Amino acid sequence: MDFLVAIVVATVAAGTPLALAALGELVAEKSGVLNLGVEGMMLAGAVAGFAAAATTGNLWLGVACGVVAGIALSFVFAVAVVTLQANQVATGLALAIFGGGLSAFAGQPFVSRSIDGIRAAPLPLLGEIPVLGPLAFSFDPLVYVSLALFGAVAWFLWRTRAGLVLRAVGESPEVAHEVGYPVARIRYAATLFGGAMAGLAGAYLSLAYTPLWVEGLTAGRGWIALALVVFATWRPARVLAGAYLFGGVTVLQFHAQGFGVEVPSQLLSALPYIATIGVLVIISRDAAMVRLNAPASLGKPFHAGD
Amino acid sequence: MSTPVPRLALAGIGKAYPSVVANADIDLAVMPGEVHALLGENGAGKSTLMKIVYGVVQPDAGEIRWEGEPTVIATPADARRLGIGMVFQHFSLFETLTVAENVAIGLDEHASPRALAPRIVAVSHRYGLDVDPARPVYSLSVGERQRVEIVRALLGRPKLLILDEPTSVLTPQAAEALFVVLRQLSEEGVSILYISHKLEEIRALAARATVLRGGRVVATVDPRAESPAALARHMIGRELPPPVARAPHPVGPVRLAAAGLTLEPETPHGTRLEDVSFELRAGEILGIAGVSGNGQSELLAAISGERQAPSPAMLLLDGEPAGALGAGARRKHGLAYVPERRLGHATVPEMSLAENTLLTAHRRGLVQGGLVRRDAARQRAAETMKAFDVRAGGVNAAAESLSGGNLQKFVVGREVALAPKVLVVAQPTWGVDVGATAFIRAELVRLRDAGAAVLVVSEDLDELLEVSDRIAVLYRGRLTPPVDAAAHDAESIGLLMGGAHASA
Amino acid sequence: MLRLELRPAPSAAASLATPLVAIALTLVSGAILFAALGRDPAEGFRAFFVEPSSSAYGLAELMLKAGPLMLIGTGLAIGYRANVWNIGAEGQLVLGAIAGTGVALAFDESDSLLVLPGMFLAGALAGAAWAAIPAWLRTRFNANEILTSLMLVYIAQLLLSWLVHGPWRDPQGFNFPQSKLFAEAALLAPWFEGLRVTNAFLIAIAGVAIGWLVIERSFLGFRLRVSGEAPDAARYAGFDAKRAVWVGMLAGGLAAGIAGVAEVAGPVGQLTPNVSPGYGFAAIIAAFVGRLRPIGIVFASLLIALLYLGGESAQIALNLPAAITGVFQGMLLIYLLAADVLIRYRVRFGHRRARA
Repeated sequence: MDFLVAIVVATVAAGTPLALAALGELVAEKSGVLNLGVEGMMLAGAVAGFAAAATTGNLWLGVACGVVAGIALSFVFAVAVVTLQANQVATGLALAIFGGGLSAFAGQPFVSRSIDGIRAAPLPLLGEIPVLGPLAFSFDPLVYVSLALFGAVAWFLWRTRAGLVLRAVGESPEVAHEVGYPVARIRYAATLFGGAMAGLAGAYLSLAYTPLWVEGLTAGRGWIALALVVFATWRPARVLAGAYLFGGVTVLQFHAQGFGVEVPSQLLSALPYIATIGVLVIISRDAAMVRLNAPASLGKPFHAGD
Repeated sequence: MSTPVPRLALAGIGKAYPSVVANADIDLAVMPGEVHALLGENGAGKSTLMKIVYGVVQPDAGEIRWEGEPTVIATPADARRLGIGMVFQHFSLFETLTVAENVAIGLDEHASPRALAPRIVAVSHRYGLDVDPARPVYSLSVGERQRVEIVRALLGRPKLLILDEPTSVLTPQAAEALFVVLRQLSEEGVSILYISHKLEEIRALAARATVLRGGRVVATVDPRAESPAALARHMIGRELPPPVARAPHPVGPVRLAAAGLTLEPETPHGTRLEDVSFELRAGEILGIAGVSGNGQSELLAAISGERQAPSPAMLLLDGEPAGALGAGARRKHGLAYVPERRLGHATVPEMSLAENTLLTAHRRGLVQGGLVRRDAARQRAAETMKAFDVRAGGVNAAAESLSGGNLQKFVVGREVALAPKVLVVAQPTWGVDVGATAFIRAELVRLRDAGAAVLVVSEDLDELLEVSDRIAVLYRGRLTPPVDAAAHDAESIGLLMGGAHASA
Repeated sequence: MLRLELRPAPSAAASLATPLVAIALTLVSGAILFAALGRDPAEGFRAFFVEPSSSAYGLAELMLKAGPLMLIGTGLAIGYRANVWNIGAEGQLVLGAIAGTGVALAFDESDSLLVLPGMFLAGALAGAAWAAIPAWLRTRFNANEILTSLMLVYIAQLLLSWLVHGPWRDPQGFNFPQSKLFAEAALLAPWFEGLRVTNAFLIAIAGVAIGWLVIERSFLGFRLRVSGEAPDAARYAGFDAKRAVWVGMLAGGLAAGIAGVAEVAGPVGQLTPNVSPGYGFAAIIAAFVGRLRPIGIVFASLLIALLYLGGESAQIALNLPAAITGVFQGMLLIYLLAADVLIRYRVRFGHRRARA
């Protein structure tokens, strides 16, 4: 029982940063903006969060700083691709590289610092329910935040008029402009939300999951999050499920040796990356299905022409 | 004073873009309940003017008065608040959303799609515009989409309804039905601003017409009091070119044939081709009519080799099975193709005309030892430009810098210069000015007289009746047997385009 | 208010000018960054740009670092022009280094002149093979090559890590995770005593020259460009889209594989866990800053190599982390892409409408 709880908690913890980053990217992509710089934004969020927490001792200030750092980088991206019409693919790569360099640079003084991170703790009352309590109500607070965010985004996208407009912009910015919606402003908002989520995901890694800072802390999670969005065919519930699946793969590598599996540790470490390629192949085989679900204007710049 | 106040009055409206003056000093007035036509050929500035009225584009100069009051229309929402409704030529609908969602998103009152559904049904019944609020737009035909646009505009209770070339996508019968609706609206007091370049329609519908040419108003007339020839003179500034002379011509052997061609759509919302058969002979022009979305793009892709047929024998070039060949291989067999979309399909927008010549003429000595002979490509491009009177800034001008008419002449010229045995042309004069249109049509007939087999796919029935020897209709992926063009008129072909059974 | 006006046609002059604009903006931002960190900007620039390029050693190091960048950048540019986004050159480089090492270790006793060519051949093939995986996944399964090629970077690095920690660890290496030092026959000889630049630079130049012929003059390059700029036009012309993916991916893989061998056979002399200082990613920047044209890429590579050396020298002279190089690289690319707006648009300030 305790072992099962440990596995579940670890899986959810490993999946949460992926889930958050992918959720933000999903919203950005729904508006037609493809931001490949998730990895860079996560790193910025991770280092900003850790630096703030290590300096002030306030973990929640750290979380806030992580979010702000993610927003700041996504703002740079939005200016380039929404206002200045830059190529989204190339700019996303640039953002990933920039975020990597910036975080390595800014994080240098914090490399060997340790902090007391955000801890998982059973919720009062609910956590005391037998079986269910430890399984469902003993995570760290950010896990609940992430679940609430998923619910909120799903509701927003499919149940509100603003969500309808956002999806419409991603489908055809030209038509949205003609009907009279401010395409650029909506794309800015979606991109910044993506940045906020990536920053939060990074802060989760450096403040709750590890908690520490090393160069390249995210280890490709930003890219895996991008793959998750495709894998989930742009649906939040599937993003969440996919993220926990990847969380499970990550946890597997820690426990495989415990089970006495004799394989090189590097092979186990490679599992999430191999799995990412695997799910991409599985979902992409059906090109028609991806095309049907992908926002039609994804990655294409839009200029109002006036 | 009892002079009625115009519902909409424009005074001195101007709009300039870096490379072109779209509108200059335009005056125009529409009275309550009036059907006012805006007449002009492609590129005359009609669409820009309507976008200004609807708040999509801001004018550089001039004044807009709404019911006598000077007004700034900064956004489409402003326009709708005033009571202006718009039906765009290319439809401003979101394909993956339902009819009700599309209506909801285009209305300024915050009503949910569900709450709107009964109102959509009510309006559609009142005007005989059948639409189902729950259906996603991608599943609708072009005519149905137009109805959605009109219903959406009507739900905003407009006092002025703007329609931009509404019949370009309709069969003659469907156009007639639309006119009934417009007359009904006009009787109810709604002003209608009707944009078109089709003279007959305007004479049938409007009591007043403002004629635009080169972005300026050249005349305001009562179209019913003018002859079509006089209207055309206003519109293009000279006599309408006569229809191309087309003498009967003996046909030769079958060059291109489809035999039971069946093809699944490539895109989720495409049309399946079903058992399409025809024979195209040397020295004839076969026209393929039909409202777009009935399988035209699939048929063109299958013929050009951009897609392969499921079995090689479904398509024959000179009697040889060619269904499995790619586009390059078919071109080697003497097939040339002018696609509908000039930029991005027929040409690479950012590449020069010389490079765009290389696109299809690379087998004509323009490549040597794997390297491009750039001088030869430039020379060939220059020859095409000269022969087809293409006006551009030289062979190094980017394709996207040309006007629609000049680029179309370039593309047709490039393909004709390949001396094809079979030429396939899609929408040869779509969005092209009158001069270029006459030139291109004459060139197609000249090619046919020289013994080539020509297939023309067009939505413009008048065009097909002018150039074709025989006409077949594509409807929901099926092709009717071809009929003799000389023995038919727009009315009878139009019936087939709407799905009536072939009678001949 | 800033507003964009579409130019009638893209401006060729702006296309040449934007890299300079981007460099200028990067320098200004750098000065601000130095000042914000409490360093004298003038001293910062001296350390970054003057110091490394004012000695024979510095110039040799510049060539040493610019070589792989221009080689890989040119290979990547062939793909990028076709809209084939190979961003896994770092992994392909690692595979090249591994394969080169494999040959070097297998012929450890040999003093044949064929060892080095064999290493380069193996490295080129290995890099290409690693790039072939995303090419195959894209053409066969339609899987996005950006993500797959990047995932393969991580996998390559783990493979490298396993080799140097396991089977290839030097038994006499005090347990350090690295291979044996290569034998003489498996090493590129420096041109000059004390400087590290080798014939690898000539190989890079030759690669760039071939790339130039392909991109600027060949019909193959034209077809790739059409595939990238207007896929429908490529289909119309009958140019094979799958072939464009293969050519685009393999060009980058080959170049990166060769660069990987040049690292292990040159300055490093053995296989180590950090065989590449990020050349595979920096080459992406070189490709873009060089406008995806080989001659531009040569200059961009020299600039980025200078940033590498500048980072090292700033570490010593200013006590700043060497990671500042990455900040500059990222900034340079973002500025460039943003400045590219000038190619297609005129930028105007002020209100959109002068009221009459």
